[in-house]
Amino acid sequence: MVLLIVGLISVPFIGWWKALLLGLFGAIYIWATETEHKKPRLISTLMLGRTTLLNRIRQYPSFHFSFLPYVVFALFVLIPFVFNRYQTEIITLAYIYVTLAIGLNYIVGLCGMLALGYIAFYAIGAYTYALLNTQFGVNLFVALPISMVTGGLAGVLVSLPALRLRGDYLAIVTLGFGEIVRIVLNNWDSLTAGPNGIMGIARPSLFGVKMGTPLGYYLLAGGLAALAMFVQNRLAKSRTGRAWEAIREDQLAAAHSGIPVFRMKLLAMALGAAWAGAAGAIFASRQTHISPESFTFLESVLVLCMVVLGGMGSVWGPAIGALGLIIIPELLRGVELYRMLAFGLLMVWMMQFRRGGLIPSMRLKTSSRVA
Amino acid sequence: MSLLEIRGLCKYFSGVHAVSNVELTVEQDSIHGLIGPNGSGKTTLFNCLTGIYPLTAGEISFDGKSISGFPTHHLAQLGLARTFQNLRLFPAMSALENVLVGLHIHQRTGIWGAIFQSAHVKSEIADFLKRGQELLEYCGLGGREDEIASSLPYGLQRRLEIARALAVKPRLLLLDEPAAGMNPAETTELKGLITRIRESGITVLLIEHNVKLVLGLCDRVTVMDSGSVIADDIPERIAHDPRVIEAYLGKEAA
Repeated sequence: MVLLIVGLISVPFIGWWKALLLGLFGAIYIWATETEHKKPRLISTLMLGRTTLLNRIRQYPSFHFSFLPYVVFALFVLIPFVFNRYQTEIITLAYIYVTLAIGLNYIVGLCGMLALGYIAFYAIGAYTYALLNTQFGVNLFVALPISMVTGGLAGVLVSLPALRLRGDYLAIVTLGFGEIVRIVLNNWDSLTAGPNGIMGIARPSLFGVKMGTPLGYYLLAGGLAALAMFVQNRLAKSRTGRAWEAIREDQLAAAHSGIPVFRMKLLAMALGAAWAGAAGAIFASRQTHISPESFTFLESVLVLCMVVLGGMGSVWGPAIGALGLIIIPELLRGVELYRMLAFGLLMVWMMQFRRGGLIPSMRLKTSSRVA
Repeated sequence: MSLLEIRGLCKYFSGVHAVSNVELTVEQDSIHGLIGPNGSGKTTLFNCLTGIYPLTAGEISFDGKSISGFPTHHLAQLGLARTFQNLRLFPAMSALENVLVGLHIHQRTGIWGAIFQSAHVKSEIADFLKRGQELLEYCGLGGREDEIASSLPYGLQRRLEIARALAVKPRLLLLDEPAAGMNPAETTELKGLITRIRESGITVLLIEHNVKLVLGLCDRVTVMDSGSVIADDIPERIAHDPRVIEAYLGKEAA
């Protein structure tokens, strides 16, 4: 923490890259000189054989996870300064998709329900803010919770009939719901302006401070994504998350353990849809113009891919999946022709060899005492 | 006093009379055996009891109250837990997590509690981890809490399912062929476990094909054949009942 502050203060004097290098060396220095068994850690580590070292890393999962959050946080802060405006905007978009993937993870990853029309909730959130803002001039920060509520309500509404179904049948019903929402948005001219969409959506301001800059959106989308991940992390490890996983693993056995299956599924749907609604509101304000063509079936599939490739049920997995699926195609613009080919091959490979996703969900360990 | 009373229970699957007119009474604090040839309707009866199948006719009362038509999870909350003939563990979850799911209904933390994690919530979590481990130990799974359920040896998977059912804190435990596929040593251990469960004040209704186990363990045995009860008596008399021998071994043997 001290390092970070010192690093940030020194930035204006020596420039970004040098400050970063300085910080890195400082961190290594502190790590290496901290004593362990009365010897500086660097020495005691060097004295270990390769196998013992590997065992050590395996034995202490906290070894690499304890400072991972700081690394992620540091990266999060540095990105808008290190990358140019275009790159930062791509990453901002990726954060919006992180929120979406985290939301869908409640439904698909934790609760095991294959839902295909997920983007409909995103659309509902986006249109909620767009209409509230253009008609009544509502501020984004006021509309955000309202978008969550309308998204969540839509989730409950579609769930009431659809959750009596399972597997393929549920997938088809949710797919139908997604299409219905898109077609309604396309044709309800008096409310949604049809295929033209809604224009002139205001950018947000907070206590008079304009947030509509790329940096403002970067922080807003990133903050929302981080909050979504934090909440899901807590929930997934709780009694509620365990109940969802039990339903995913064996619905009948879960019911016999006293878990109200229908109610828990409804909760997963509502939560997932609410996060999509929030992501939609931010998306609408960032675009300032939304139309139904932003919410096609392909978008639903894309978010589903993020969850599946990243790792269903884990929290970091879908987040990394979302970042990857937005950023990698941008990096591959040079070889655009082969982009989809490579993407397809990756999907096939993943499903063959790493079905749990990039970062599979971790099991509860009694030793680490997290629950 | 009888804990479970079944009166005139019928379950027809469009013309197939899987269970017809069954009368059964399970006394409090007893081990009650339910035997019969394959297809005689034992598991169907269990499924009716736990609310998986709606009844065609009849009445089930548990502890003096009618429970016909209650949803499965509600029955579990009332104190009716079961295991399955073909194991139904949560395969990707660890042994401890399986038991923690069974403890779900006794925990209070809601979603807000889980998000904000007050000291109260943390102590509840620690408390239930301990209770889960105690239950695993009780069922002979001590030291294997972190193992993934599907990677446990078969005999232990069977016992893990019992541990998960016990976590619900049932008053009546329904065991559906708990000794299926077990070797004699494992069966003996299982017998000890079931005895201990009864001593702890839980009534047991047991479906089992291992006749020796049933006759040695149960206070009373009900025999079913083709969906109907053909005998209901103490084990000593069941073993010599000609109708039972006929159902199992054929007419000549009787």
